[in-house]
Amino acid sequence: MSTRLASGGRLIDRSKVKNFTFNGKKMQGYEGDTLAAALLGTGQTLVGRSFKYHRPRGILASGAEEPNALVNMGTGGRFEPNQRVTTTELFDGLTATSQNHWPSLEFDVGVVNNYVSRFLPAGFYYKTFMFPRAGWKHVFEPIVRQSAGLGQVPTEGDVDRYEHFYHHTDVLIVGGGVAGLAAAMAAGQSGKSVLLMEQTAHWGGRAPVDGGTIDGKNCGTWVDETVAALEAMDNVTLRIRTMGSGVYDHGYALGYERVADHTPGDGRPRHRLWRIRAQQIVTATGAIERTLSFAGNDIPGVMLASAVRDYVVNWGVSVGDRTVVVTNNDDAYRTALALKGAGLDVPVILDARPEATGPLAEAARAAGIRVEAGKAIAKVHGGKKVTGVSICAQVGEGAALEEIKCDAVAMSGGWSPVVHLWSHCGGKLIWDEAHAHFRPDPDRAPTSHDGKGFVITAGAASGAMSLADVLTDGDAAGKSAVTAVGGEASKAVAPKSDAEETQPMAAVWIMPQGAGPKKRMKMWLDFQNDVKVSDVQLAAREGYESVEHTKRYTTLGMATDQGKLSNINGLAVLSDALNQEIPTTGTTTFRPPYTPISLGAIAGEARAEIFQPIRRTPMHEWHEEQGAYMEPVGHWRRPYTYPRKGESHAEAVNREVLNTRERLGLLDASTLGKLIVKGADAGKFLDMMYTNMMSNLAVGKCRYGLMCSENGFLSDDGVVARIDEDTWLCHTTSGGADRIHGHMEEWLQCEWWDWNVYVANVTEQLAQVAVVGPNARKLLEKLGGMDVSKETLPFMQWKDGTLGGFEARVYRISFSGELSYEIAVPASQGRAFWDKLHEAGEEFGAMAYGTEALHIMRAEKGFIMIGDETDGTVIPQDLGLNWAISKKKEDFIGKRAHTRTHMADPERWKLVGLETLDGSVLPDGAYAQGDGENANGQKVVIGRVTSTYYSPTLKKGIAMGLVLHGPDRMGEVISFPTVDGTNTVIKARICDPVFYDKDGEKQNV
Amino acid sequence: MLILECPYCGVMADETDLHGDGEAHLKRFGPGSSDDDFEGYLFMRKNPKGVHFERWRHASGCGKFFHAARNTMTLEVYGTYLAQTLEPPKAIIDAVKAKHPEWEGYK
Amino acid sequence: MSNAVSTLNGASFEGYVRVEEQGLVGMITLRGDLTSKALAKAVKSATGAAMPGQGEIASGDKGRVGWMSPDELLLIVDHAAANDMVAALTKALAGEHALAVNVSDARTVFRIIGAAAREVVAKVSPADVNALSPGQLRRTRIAQIPAAFHMIDEETAELVCFRSVGKYAFDLLKDAALPGGEVYL
Repeated sequence: MSTRLASGGRLIDRSKVKNFTFNGKKMQGYEGDTLAAALLGTGQTLVGRSFKYHRPRGILASGAEEPNALVNMGTGGRFEPNQRVTTTELFDGLTATSQNHWPSLEFDVGVVNNYVSRFLPAGFYYKTFMFPRAGWKHVFEPIVRQSAGLGQVPTEGDVDRYEHFYHHTDVLIVGGGVAGLAAAMAAGQSGKSVLLMEQTAHWGGRAPVDGGTIDGKNCGTWVDETVAALEAMDNVTLRIRTMGSGVYDHGYALGYERVADHTPGDGRPRHRLWRIRAQQIVTATGAIERTLSFAGNDIPGVMLASAVRDYVVNWGVSVGDRTVVVTNNDDAYRTALALKGAGLDVPVILDARPEATGPLAEAARAAGIRVEAGKAIAKVHGGKKVTGVSICAQVGEGAALEEIKCDAVAMSGGWSPVVHLWSHCGGKLIWDEAHAHFRPDPDRAPTSHDGKGFVITAGAASGAMSLADVLTDGDAAGKSAVTAVGGEASKAVAPKSDAEETQPMAAVWIMPQGAGPKKRMKMWLDFQNDVKVSDVQLAAREGYESVEHTKRYTTLGMATDQGKLSNINGLAVLSDALNQEIPTTGTTTFRPPYTPISLGAIAGEARAEIFQPIRRTPMHEWHEEQGAYMEPVGHWRRPYTYPRKGESHAEAVNREVLNTRERLGLLDASTLGKLIVKGADAGKFLDMMYTNMMSNLAVGKCRYGLMCSENGFLSDDGVVARIDEDTWLCHTTSGGADRIHGHMEEWLQCEWWDWNVYVANVTEQLAQVAVVGPNARKLLEKLGGMDVSKETLPFMQWKDGTLGGFEARVYRISFSGELSYEIAVPASQGRAFWDKLHEAGEEFGAMAYGTEALHIMRAEKGFIMIGDETDGTVIPQDLGLNWAISKKKEDFIGKRAHTRTHMADPERWKLVGLETLDGSVLPDGAYAQGDGENANGQKVVIGRVTSTYYSPTLKKGIAMGLVLHGPDRMGEVISFPTVDGTNTVIKARICDPVFYDKDGEKQNV
Repeated sequence: MLILECPYCGVMADETDLHGDGEAHLKRFGPGSSDDDFEGYLFMRKNPKGVHFERWRHASGCGKFFHAARNTMTLEVYGTYLAQTLEPPKAIIDAVKAKHPEWEGYK
Repeated sequence: MSNAVSTLNGASFEGYVRVEEQGLVGMITLRGDLTSKALAKAVKSATGAAMPGQGEIASGDKGRVGWMSPDELLLIVDHAAANDMVAALTKALAGEHALAVNVSDARTVFRIIGAAAREVVAKVSPADVNALSPGQLRRTRIAQIPAAFHMIDEETAELVCFRSVGKYAFDLLKDAALPGGEVYL
């Protein structure tokens, strides 16, 4: 059983006890513990269940590569599933619960899958759930949903806050082990800016655990001194708890800082996402130890040898009293020696290599440890925990030679460099035969905008496997980075360590070498997803030769650890089954993030109020004070209607329409786009932009204009006013100003750059109010200051002046068919002007109206709306707007397209009015059905509704639509089948789209 | 996440400050052009694996449109230049050819 | 006019830096040939400032002038003086291709004040804020909106965005300046 030792633990402070709970049980650990260390310290070896077979799972590793020990963390607004206990720092009040079991961790019904595992081989999902089709919905999915999945979904909103931070640096170094520190020293001394990130809470990485000396000091001392030296450099930024999450194009990298995971609720952001732009990136990301594949290697108590060593040295935790060490390399001997040094029993070291020689083996023997060369584990005994191992010869088929009692197994299958960050942006790998791993090929680094490599690896991440090599390589990486960013590398010599003599490792992937099917079915490769040696071999037999296919077929490496432990072993087994070299098989693709990062960190500040920018007019607060129901129009929020107490939205809209038609309506029209176009060639330019002629518009007058894309499709409309000889003001649709401004600039900058035209967007400089209705003039006359009579300011003209003391530009334009003025005042005075209009207009029945009333009134008049009557496939001719298309102009944007055969096709649907026979309102977007069927056996459609409203003015439904031969079918009744399930058909008569005041008598007064 | 130097304001702009605008150096065909020419102008676009010329806009910067010569495969940028030109300047062509002697030209 | 108000009416927030809206600020967009002597003279006479170089902002006794693009300047002046200044500029540049327009009310101006001013801006903008010295102006984005900013001194950033998103920008800067969010302690 695992336990806390009486002494030891370089990272913990035994004077600071931390209380936490696991599955409701109260437990204690120390400051400096990870949750994994604290759980093991209390004897909790069983921490979860596997994904597929619900096998008991214990802690396997001590870092980010941990595949098993995922828990639900926290409660309520801080609940989060799938948190890795090995990377979770312990804090007072931490609550964790285990996952993927029912009803309890100790007794899990789902483990029945384990007993039928021979019926659940690789590709089981693909094979089984294919037929019968109905089986998926009624049988398979409910079962899979019940038993699959890891953690639970949070039920409450996240109470924490998150943020981004943009950082620019010459050199980014990822990894704060001795390689990263050496690189940072080398780079820092050059004076170039350096950011050094370490994913854990401690500097130094593995070296202080592994031992050895650097520049004559012990590793821990060297690390402390180096960190202090780096902290003293102004050009170096040091960051712990910050993981290098991904490397992207042109030196972009993400750092995931877990600011307050260990201090929840202290007011700091929980996570901060560093969005880094680095000229050079040094990845000193270390290496990950590999598992060995032997029968029962997933039983709780079987762990990575390096992890066993970490728990003893870092946290004073023993994972067992008697630990069998099994290895194919020298490094695991260090674990045996560390355990022995802590007073623990190591009954045997099983070394798969034919001979166990060299200083480490000798040291083990000298410490009294039995060393067995050429031996392997035939089988691990135990269920929820290890009780012993049977040993056998590595070369045979696994006949047991001896059974050894133990409560833990420390395994080492060699080390694989962490190449993820190197590979994210295209860095290539080479196969290193001696160490049986893939390592970065320095000649094929990921390249940046200048075509040069921008990632350099350092230390174990380069494949350096001894302390001496790691230091030299780290120093060299730092210096190379400095040179690459144009700096002068420091002349300081690299930190030195005595070279240690080690024996070559042996590429042992499964043990014993000749294990039969029964054993291979108990050899785990991917511990989280339950993928075994037998599954990969089956995939190979079934023809899965590509590693990417095998991955998906078997789910190898698809769990939340993304194959950090299983990848190379799986490749080796697959290569063996395919009888090819490992480099021929290749690796799967490494994609960011390195380990999962929180969605909160990705979202950053973008939530709640600042989820997205909301554009507000100067009168926005007034609308809110009135309780307006707002609707989005682009990023603007506009009042849809202003419901009064007890009023439905529909009732409010009807009131607003009738009041405007009968008395006086006020509309906040500030969102309308306003572009100033000025220059000697402005008229010529606008003639190109608009379908109609704008150059001949007289100063002081307004003209409605249409804009098309080069495709001929209608893209925007609005009223254009000629301000002076070489200045025009173009109104665009609400939310269209930036787009149209960009459109104009693109033509001016990229096509007609020799034309003298400037455009300025003054949309937000002006607040604009539509004063609409029979009493409109009375109100303006009351305000006084300028003559707004029919004679002085007729329809479609504009004038500058003052109104009630406000500097104003007044346009006689109408989108409602009523007597109407649109008045622009400086935005800073918009609210005051708006208030004044209400105050002065009270006696005339002034009432604000919203966008829905606006839409109804324009539909009553048959005015089109961009986005309703148009959808990006509609040309002006479809809408009967031929009058607004100049025939005199040789060219305008869209003109050539209008002559394409499909555009000139008489079969194009055309705009008409539609009135239902029963006065009801047609459903929005309804299709009209014609006679017969098309080639696909579908009913022929002959038109569709584009706008439809209840008209309070006419007291019936009115609509516009695009209908085949529509204008030629006036009076004809067509059918609109409903799709609400009632199977009813609504009949509507084709009519003129102008429903109200056809002769324009109301607006021309 | 590309970085491109805006040739107007000299800023090394982050991709999030920019807006990609498709292929550069399109020749406009207007009224009177043949159906084939017009179709080519409206719809036919290059999609090379390798050297490509694009129009970008420094959208949240100076607002200017500019051109970039870049490699769609390696993301190497050979240079950026002003939009007021009908074809890539010689310096850009030379920069591309220096890296890709076999390159056949932008047309 | 006395009834004129800025977007947020001078609202401020005390976080680990101070964020304050600057109230009414006069601003003029001037487009034209920046190499023209007449234009330089008109700008000088309006603001007292010399013509700024690429990416710079220059100060004079009546205002400041920011380089916005090769054919655009932003004049920052007294709000009350902006209209007359536009008229004067238009008159002075009548002989050449130029456009002067009052955009004072189309903008919201903030100052971010404190030792960590740069840090707070760096939470929302991809631009290299640390590389920006006083006298340089950067047009870029903050979170999801376009903005321009410059350092008035080492501890004061001035930031300009559009009026309609002034509240968004203020909320954004407040969020970035919340105590506890210090990146460097």
